[in-house]
Amino acid sequence: MSVPAPIAMLAELTHRCPLACPYCSNPLALHGKENELNTETWARAFGEAAELGVLQLHLSGGEPASRPDLVDLTRAAHEAGLYTNLITSGIGLTPARLDALEAVGLDHIQLSLQGTTPELADRIGGYKGGFARKMAVAAEIKARGIPLTLNAVMHRHNLDDLERTIDLAIELGARRLEVACVQFHGWATRNRAALLPSRAQTEAAKRIVAEAEARLRGTLAFDFVPPDYYADYPKACMGGWGSAGLNIAPDGTVLPCHAAETIPHLDFDRFPDKTLREIWYDGAAFNAYRGTDHLPETCRSCERVGIDFGGCRCQALALAGDAAATDPVCSRSPDHHKVTALLETALAEGDAAEFTYRRMPRKG
Amino acid sequence: MTLALAPTDRPYLPRGVRLVADRVRGGLVLLAPEKAVALDPVGEAILSRMDGQTSLAALVDQLAAAYDAPRAEIEKDVQAFLQGLRARMFLMVSP
Repeated sequence: MSVPAPIAMLAELTHRCPLACPYCSNPLALHGKENELNTETWARAFGEAAELGVLQLHLSGGEPASRPDLVDLTRAAHEAGLYTNLITSGIGLTPARLDALEAVGLDHIQLSLQGTTPELADRIGGYKGGFARKMAVAAEIKARGIPLTLNAVMHRHNLDDLERTIDLAIELGARRLEVACVQFHGWATRNRAALLPSRAQTEAAKRIVAEAEARLRGTLAFDFVPPDYYADYPKACMGGWGSAGLNIAPDGTVLPCHAAETIPHLDFDRFPDKTLREIWYDGAAFNAYRGTDHLPETCRSCERVGIDFGGCRCQALALAGDAAATDPVCSRSPDHHKVTALLETALAEGDAAEFTYRRMPRKG
Repeated sequence: MTLALAPTDRPYLPRGVRLVADRVRGGLVLLAPEKAVALDPVGEAILSRMDGQTSLAALVDQLAAAYDAPRAEIEKDVQAFLQGLRARMFLMVSP
């Protein structure tokens, strides 16, 4: 099988974050500041990524603005020829820092949204005053004309505010709104019952997005990620394992996706111990689930195998106990009843469930 | 709002959307927020003639001359391509 060059890279610059969202996609075992790659090493990674064929760089975290060298990192990425996208909560982006980021060539900002009111947003983010600060940053972004996507992570506590979320995206001058229903990886697996929306909420969200998409054509573009537990077919995670993108964790571990470390038998290489080229083409973890040969007959004989590649490997391991299995979200999976059972349990517990917030481990 | 361009509309790539040469795969690629769109020869022909000052009608004239093709057919292709970009907010127009 010939391996295509990667198009996108997610650089998790840090796991530090002032927010504590209970659905954070970071792993449960978070890296402290002492494990983070330094400025020069990240800059070298950006250069290698561009040489390898990466076009889009997502500067993420944690909260990337927690890195004091964010402006230098953005400059390095821009100079390497990458399209630079900052994925942020907004906390830590002062007007002066936004000016500096613009000056070094930042292309786009993806601003997260936890809720449409201070009460709701601050409760979900676990950070008092966060919503007010985010709105102030959003106004500064709009005043500068920096292209903005609003990323609204949706779940049972805020899906009913979807219409207000769409209005807010327009008020903030966003060109694009991601209505991203929580996917159950990372910290969200600890909060399934507290986060899982009802089927009625999910159906309403689909109707609202379809209506708004038609009404706002040419004003606001939508990306809608429905909750996959209610879907008939799985999502094509990462556009296929090791085929479109790679992630670098704060300590330099290079991953096929942000949840890949949950597959315990995989061996991950670290940058800069090896070059990104060696890791992408020859790394054991990247080659483990490339293509579709590892998939069971259910997938290999399925007409959708070229569309969703059997779904998410991490979810197959988490729910079916085998990372090479059909993603149990798929209605054709022999393990699909496990998803149905999870749904029932989560919905029964939902009202009483409390958030387990994302926290760094206490230093010993 | 309709996504169709009027003959006098001048299409342009807004801030955050740019056309670059793909050094590794070859060809031109349109880079936009969190998306990279590899262009086919039709897309390349249209976008490489777009400078923010040229109207849709003038673009169609140029392409019809360059490809020695019926104007109506070219216009249909150009509209379809540009409307697709406009729906994704990768393209804006000045009147």
